[in-house]
Parts: sequence; C-alpha cells; structure tokens
Amino acid sequence: MSSFRMNVMVCGGTGCMASDSNEVIQSFEKLIKEHGYSEEIQIVKTGCFGFCEQGPIVKIEPDNIFYVRVHPKDVEEIVKEHIIKGRKVERLLYQEPIKRERIEQHKKMPFYKKQLRIALRNCGLINPEDIYEYIAFEGYEALGKVLTSMSPMEVIETVKKAGLRGRGGGGFPTGLKWEYTRKSEGTTKYMICNADEGDPGAFMDRSILEGDPHSVIEAMVIGGYAIGAQEGIVYIRAEYPLAIERLNIAISEARKLGLLGENIFGSDFSFDIRLKYGAGAFVCGEETALINSVEGKRGEPRNKPPYPAQKGYWDRPTCVNNVETFANIPPIILKGSEWFSSIGTEKSKGTKVFALAGKVNNVGLVEVPMGTTLREIIYDIGGGILGGHKFKAVQTGGPSGGVITEKDLDTPIDYEHLMEIGSMMGSGGMIVMDETNCMVNISKFYLEFTMDESCGRCTPCRIGTKRLYEFLKKITDGKATMEDLDALKQLAYMVKDGSLCGLGQTAPNPVLSTIKYFGDEYIAHIKDKHCPTGECKALAKYSIDPENCVGCTACAKVCPVDCISGKVKETHVIDQSKCIKCGACFTACKFNAVIKP
Amino acid sequence: MQIKSIEELKKIREKSMKKVNLREHGEVSGDQVEVLVGMATCGIASGARETLNAIVDEISKEHIENVKVIQVGCIGHCHSEPIVQINVPGQKPILYGKVDDEKGREIVKKHIKNGEPLKESIIEDTFDRA
Ligand SMILES: Cc1cc2nc3c(=O)[nH]c(=O)nc-3n(C[C@H](O)[C@H](O)[C@H](O)COP(=O)(O)O)c2cc1C
Ligand code: SF4
Ligand code: SF4
Ligand code: SF4
Ligand code: FES
Ligand code: FES
Repeated sequence: MSSFRMNVMVCGGTGCMASDSNEVIQSFEKLIKEHGYSEEIQIVKTGCFGFCEQGPIVKIEPDNIFYVRVHPKDVEEIVKEHIIKGRKVERLLYQEPIKRERIEQHKKMPFYKKQLRIALRNCGLINPEDIYEYIAFEGYEALGKVLTSMSPMEVIETVKKAGLRGRGGGGFPTGLKWEYTRKSEGTTKYMICNADEGDPGAFMDRSILEGDPHSVIEAMVIGGYAIGAQEGIVYIRAEYPLAIERLNIAISEARKLGLLGENIFGSDFSFDIRLKYGAGAFVCGEETALINSVEGKRGEPRNKPPYPAQKGYWDRPTCVNNVETFANIPPIILKGSEWFSSIGTEKSKGTKVFALAGKVNNVGLVEVPMGTTLREIIYDIGGGILGGHKFKAVQTGGPSGGVITEKDLDTPIDYEHLMEIGSMMGSGGMIVMDETNCMVNISKFYLEFTMDESCGRCTPCRIGTKRLYEFLKKITDGKATMEDLDALKQLAYMVKDGSLCGLGQTAPNPVLSTIKYFGDEYIAHIKDKHCPTGECKALAKYSIDPENCVGCTACAKVCPVDCISGKVKETHVIDQSKCIKCGACFTACKFNAVIKP
Repeated sequence: MQIKSIEELKKIREKSMKKVNLREHGEVSGDQVEVLVGMATCGIASGARETLNAIVDEISKEHIENVKVIQVGCIGHCHSEPIVQINVPGQKPILYGKVDDEKGREIVKKHIKNGEPLKESIIEDTFDRA
C-alpha cells in the first residue's frame, strides 16, 4: 500500500455497482496497465461513500479529488488528464448545488468533510484493549517495516521530510529532535512520551491513549530504534486512570506478541516501555521539569541548554515527545513522507487535533489539516455558537495562548499564523467565547491557573503571576485606576522576559492579548466601574426600569434575599444594599424591566 | 506466540481483518452485527456504562445471537455522548448520539432486531480517516 503513489478509489457499494462502477474499475485497470503505471497506481474498490445518487463515485488519493457520475467512457480522460498530467477533470467534479442544499449535503459528502483523522485514525473504530484489532488496521506494520528494512537514519530522514512538528506545543521538528538525540554521545538513551496534558480543557492526548494506545507504543519503539534507546517511559498523570489501564493492557499484550521486549521482529533491537505517574502539576508537562519528576525529584524546570537531547533523564540523551506527535508516526512510515507533507501548509504539515469547548454547539475532538480556518472549525464542524449567541473570541494555546477575534477567523491555522495573530498553537485546547463572556474575567481565570501552577522556582513567575492576578482582581472588583492598567501591562512584559521556563514566559499572554483586542472592556471596568457583560458580580448593579415594569411581582418572588419591594401592578424597586447580584430577577422578568448593568 | 517477522504479522492481520472489515465500510457479508460503544472517559461520564449494560441485557433478553458488543475509544462527538455505532453487514455504519439505557434497548429492538434505524437519533460523522 505504501509503495503506490496514487490510489484510485472506485466505489463498489451497491448503489454505484448498479450504475456500472464495475465497468469503471475494469477500464481503469486496463488503461493504467496500458500506460505502464500498474506499479505506481493502485485501484481500490471501496465501500459506499454515502453519495450513491451521484454514482459511480471515483476518488483520487492523496489528491483528495472527488469525481461523480463517472461513466466507463470518462475513465480515459481521468487517466490521461489527472493521473498522467495531474490536471483535474473539471466537468466530472462534484458541482455545488444551490447553497442551501450544499449545506445539507455537506456532512454526507466526503469531499466536504473538513476533518481528516491521522492521529485519531483508530479512535472510536477499534477496541483499544484488543491488540488484534489494532493489527487488523495495519498496526505494527510500520514497526515491522522499520526494523526489517530501514536504518535508524532512514527513519529519521523520513520523519524529517514528512515535516512533522511537535504537537505538545512548541512545534519543534520531530525528526530533527530524533537526530540530535541520536547524535548525542552515550550508549544509554531514553525515549519519553509526554502524556501530562495539563492545559485546562484539553483532552486529546487522553483520548488517543484511551482509544488507540498501541499507536503510541508502536511509535515509541520506532522512535527508540531511531534514536538508539532501549527504554521508553510514558509520563502520565495519575488523574487519567482509564488511559493508564488501557496503556497497561496494551503494553502487556504487545509484550506477549514480542512487539516489546527482546529482539523485536527477529532483529537485534530490544525495547521496553514503563509508565511513570505524575501528580498532575501543569509545570511537569514542561520537558525538563518532567524529567526531574521521573527521576523522583521535585517537578521544577532546569535551565536549557543543555537540552534533554544532550543531557536528559539521569543526564543521558533523552527525547521527549508528545502523545499526539507519536500517534502520527506509524502512518508516516507506512504512507511515506510525501503523503504526509502533502497535507497542511507550507511550514506546518499534517493535521492537528483540537479539543473544542466553550460556547459552541458541537463540543468535542476535531482533527483538521493544518491551514483549516478557525471559522471552519467553529461553524462548519463545531456547528456555530451555542444558543444563537454572537461569537466574541476564541482562546487557543490554553493558559499560554491568547484570544483571537472575529477579524482573524479566516486565518489558516498553523504554528506561524497563530503566532502572528498573537496566540499560539499550544497543545490544542480551543475555547470559544460569546458576547456574555467578560474578557477581563477570562484573563483572570487563566492567571489564577498559572499563579497556582507556578512551581515557585523563579521570582518573576512566582511573584509576578500573583501580582498580575491581583491587578486583574482589582479591575473586576471596580477598584482599579488607569495607572494600575499601565502597571499591569508593564509587569506582564517583565514576567514574560524574566521567567525561567515556558510557564512563566507565556503566562501573561492571555492578559496582553485581551488588553490588545478588548482594551475598551478593561477601560469600562476601570473608568465607568461597569462590566459590559455583567459577568463581574462586584460591578453588577441590577435595577428596575419604571417605564417597563408592570408590577407582575415575578422578580420579587424569585429574589433569594427578598430585597425587591412593590405592590401588585405597581413599579417594583430593588434595595441595592441587600442585593447579592444573583441575577435571578433579570431572568424572571418577562417585560425587560430588570436592567442588567 | 511471538511475532518474529513481517510475514507472521501479516498472517495475524489477515485473520484479524475479518473481525473488523465490517467496521469501516459495512463491506462484508454474513449476518454478524456489531455494536460499538464509545467508552472513553467522557463517554463513561455521560453514562456509556449504563448504556452498554442495557444493550447487552436487551440482546440477551431478545435472544439475539449474531451481535457482538465492542468497547471503543473517543469518537470525537463528545457533545452527543453516549455514542453507539451499529454496523450491519452490507450497510453503511450508523452512528447514534445521546443513547441512554432506554434508547439503547430501543436500538436493539428496532434497529438490530427489525432493521429499522431510529432516524431521529442518528448523527452524521464528519471526518475522513487516514
Ligand atoms: C508549562 C509547560 C507545560 C507543558 N505541558 C505539556 C504537556 O502537557 N504535554 C506535552 O506534550 N508538552 C507539554 N509542554 C511542552 C514540552 O515541554 C515539550 O516541548 C514537549 O513535550 C515536546 O514534545 P513534542 O516535540 O512532541 O511536542 C509544556 C511546556 C510548558 C512550558
Ligand atoms: S517560570 Fe514559573 S513555573 Fe517556570 S521555573 Fe519559573 S517559577 Fe517555575
Ligand atoms: S418581574 Fe419585571 S415587570 Fe414584573 S414586577 Fe418585576 S420588574 Fe416589574
Ligand atoms: S439580583 Fe438577585 S438578589 Fe439582587 S434583586 Fe435580583 S434577585 Fe434579588
Ligand atoms: S454505492 Fe457508491 S456512493 Fe453509495
Ligand atoms: S469520548 Fe466519546 S466522543 Fe469523546
């Protein structure tokens, strides 16, 4: 399968068979043979594409071109134009029907499917506790190929050429990291899988380990072979019991079949994997802190350089890679680097998994080719904003990232573009916010997180995040001045510049980006003592508009502290001194008479 | 058994293929029906274990013999958990969302036993796999 440069997928479903897809297949076979491409091009008869009405369907991979209503007589043109010359045959492409219909069909049309699953390819498809199911989907074939026919440097070259970059946040080229570790001096080396996943709201790594643990195990062995390690360690947080259980089962099954252990695939390469449980500190996801933690020390970052590739676990060359990074490895080995690098953007190849959360209809995991826009993710895949509200911003990169606003929704997402618009890829958390979310409050939320998670090793981060948090608290309490805002900004830059590790260096990002895009919201809190969304309780001031109030008493009935007074059919009044700002009256009033700040 | 060569791996694969061929395309013939239940953390949290138990229970109550229930990982539609996929030979796999125990039983009775999918609970998958 891997040696073919192109696959011609012809639908062999019942619908298409009825419309002559068998003849289409025969013509392809005949013509491809005549042109001498049999070695390079494979014809695959597939199951139903779910678009029988437009059959017979022919899909060309990896170009991802979708032809409809292909008659046997059209085959010659496809072979001559598309397969030989690489030009699409326009007239056979799927035509968009009128807009409405297109939207209805969209999910059923593989052509319009925005998601492509590489890392998640087996998730939800196989039983993760049954190694034979993994094997049935080409599992361990990449490992077999590597150990029986490739040198470690060939493996590294393949990964380099594929353009795979670390999915743990930094985006460092994986092949290069493997090469550095391989070239570092020493005979004992380690392969570590970073399954700490500390970003609040992110759960892609957990899902991969729970749904397809063997893909990570297989990749770790491949990586171990490439860098020259005999031992692998998975650093996983103890709060992931199910992932741990499935990993343990998978490891013992792999050992039973000799896919871990001595002389794998009859080669002289031996490799085994063990787990190390983390206590769930965010900073332990940082690779040097992680290594300290595996050694049994406090989870504090070390200075870099030396990098783990030079001096890592017990000062030996160590390669740390993220779960999702690993999950991409077997397909790259099997399908080749060209296949992988054909997906994505110029500098960011392949796909990225995002955990879509917040105010969006379809919360879940999405895996999209790099270069997909945020708009596509939020609206086409995510189904738009919850409850018909208005989109306000989306946070990527978790506590290290920033907000992205409406104007940048059409930016193709990859490592570079996200940096350009003031956020970052991070590990893949994606939190959508609507107009009811207060941006000052959001940045306070992230700062509270980083303040709690700071390991305390260096002052700018330990004290700085606390002071930043205090400023934000002051703002949301309505007690801040404009000088405070300036001081906040200044301090944010100081923390960024002065911190030792990525946690402190990126902790101020949410503050800076919300100030940049929603500065007026900060000013409203400070100057007008007003929270435009009403989310900041301390600033909220509920009152009743006498113009609209009809005296229905609904608000008085729901008020938990009985601070609304008024007779039936007369205007009601809120006693501000007692009001606890619960907002119950606002929800209860059917006449728009309760005014929210 | 230890796998010592690619050939041995491929042999195991061929054997295992039969088991999963149904999974992606509904390509195989025969009458073995598969029920896939999403049992990742988010599935379990929203009640997938109860759904699974109800389905297994209903299958035995209805004396249906040709069904295999399989636990799988996260399908990605976490908003619609618990998720159940039904694979009937020769048919496109069908994905159901928000399947509580009651709906699980209904799926067994209507879809598996009588071949009538529960239209209103079907969700579309939105991705291609590599
Ligand atoms: C504060 C902090 C937290 C991090 N947390 C994680 C994490 O949870 N998982 C992860 O894979 N990488 C995390 N990283 C990145 C790692 O340091 C490291 O770059 C990564 O594991 C390398 O793997 P990759 O090249 O495959 O991405 C974190 C970095 C910082 C600074
Ligand atoms: S930046 Fe923060 S988390 Fe990182 S070493 Fe310094 S105190 Fe610890
Ligand atoms: S619920 Fe609205 S209309 Fe009724 S008394 Fe209260 S404020 Fe007036
Ligand atoms: S906000 Fe709550 S406490 Fe205040 S008046 Fe309304 S119902 Fe009463
Ligand atoms: S039979 Fe070909 S698309 Fe359904
Ligand atoms: S865990 Fe089931 S869809 Fe996410």
